[in-house]
Amino acid sequence: MRPSPLLKRTPLSLALCTLFAGTAQAADFKIGIELPRLDVAEYHRPYVAAWIEREDRTVAANLAVWYQLKRANAPAAAQMPAAGGAAPAGAAEGGTKWLPDMRQWWRRTGREMTMPADGISSATRAAGVHELNFSSGKAPFPDLAPGQYKLMVEAAREEGGRELLEIPFTWPAAKAAQLKAQGSRELGALSLDIKP
Amino acid sequence: MKITMKKLALALAVAALPFAASAHKGWLEPSKTVLSVGQWITVDAATSTDPFLKDHNAMRLDNLVITAPDGSKVQPENASTGKLRSSFDVQLNQAGTYKVAIVNSGVSARWEEKGQRKSYPPRGQAFTAEGFAKEVPANAEKLAVTESLTQLVTFATAGKPNDTALKPTGVGLELVPLQSITDLYVGEEAKFQFLLDGKPAADVEVEIIADGVRYRSSVDALELKTDKDGKFAIDWKTPGLYWMSASVSDEKATTAPAKQRRTAYTAVVEVLSP
Repeated sequence: MRPSPLLKRTPLSLALCTLFAGTAQAADFKIGIELPRLDVAEYHRPYVAAWIEREDRTVAANLAVWYQLKRANAPAAAQMPAAGGAAPAGAAEGGTKWLPDMRQWWRRTGREMTMPADGISSATRAAGVHELNFSSGKAPFPDLAPGQYKLMVEAAREEGGRELLEIPFTWPAAKAAQLKAQGSRELGALSLDIKP
Repeated sequence: MKITMKKLALALAVAALPFAASAHKGWLEPSKTVLSVGQWITVDAATSTDPFLKDHNAMRLDNLVITAPDGSKVQPENASTGKLRSSFDVQLNQAGTYKVAIVNSGVSARWEEKGQRKSYPPRGQAFTAEGFAKEVPANAEKLAVTESLTQLVTFATAGKPNDTALKPTGVGLELVPLQSITDLYVGEEAKFQFLLDGKPAADVEVEIIADGVRYRSSVDALELKTDKDGKFAIDWKTPGLYWMSASVSDEKATTAPAKQRRTAYTAVVEVLSP
């Protein structure tokens, strides 16, 4: 993720950080998702979803969905497929066709969402480590009730595989902590930094 | 000789047309069962020695009924019937669960005349009271008139599942999934209930066969029995398509002059890895 110019450590923002450090109203929730560089003949960027699950597996928050947004070069005619199915498969959906491939996410929450989802969905991302910063009470991160949760991250890649990682955590955190999980195929390292 | 062989082959082919051969199993094979709204599925339909093997006959599509999530009926696209299988496409334009069913019902009579077995109606023809009166002698020996009611179904869900299309009709043998029929996962026990005329069907034998019979050395059918509430549970071991079938024979025919009734329900479901 490219840092926004507003978040650059100017003296002013440093001062603000110092100012708020003592009060810390909003707990921080920082996720690091590594998409491994894969040496394959035909590489497509993976679809990735991140969400928070309660102990009963219901979804407490949808944090991110990266998928293939509407193709810029999709012909207009293809957006309304004829009944005969003449339109090329996939052209009309702007990539939503493959969202069910993130099976757990689709089952738990994706199939009830409308895409694009404001503040949650965005384009697919390149290999590398992507940081996502959230603070409690600020959309899309809700004011979580105290309890046990799991951070869930699922990736699915065209002509590739699927992988689901989870990091259990307690909310609110008693102290700052870094939690980790390691993927083996479609995901690399997953980290979660929680600050009370 | 050649001609004889040809004639023989033709005779065999005719003899083996659908509705025949109870030794063969009817099946539907959906390309996917979990999709987003607007996607297409393609479905193959056939009868064969074991489910999903294309080695016998195409399924006739005359009695294909596709029910959309709102309960309305949908027409298949690109329907075709080949030698070994029929196929058709369905676009899932509504959010919810679609039911794809081949529904057969009819009455048939069997009897004996001078030691020879007879039957009515002829294959491919419908039963009529007039035809029955004309063809079947009033004093036919060993006359058995059977009403049959069979459903072969599969399901696909676009977006969030619903159960409008799955509501039991209260007629014959029907399967009620006790979770979404398209939310079946390895490692999660799935529960189902069989109803007979809308009431729990206890002690019904259920046969379950996983896809891939050709690539294992035995069919490995799982045989279960419904409990007193008509329920049974399956703990899926491997992902894939599963064929589940049950039938009940009783004396509850509703169409005269049928006395016996045979009602069967076969469902094809997809089990995913979690």
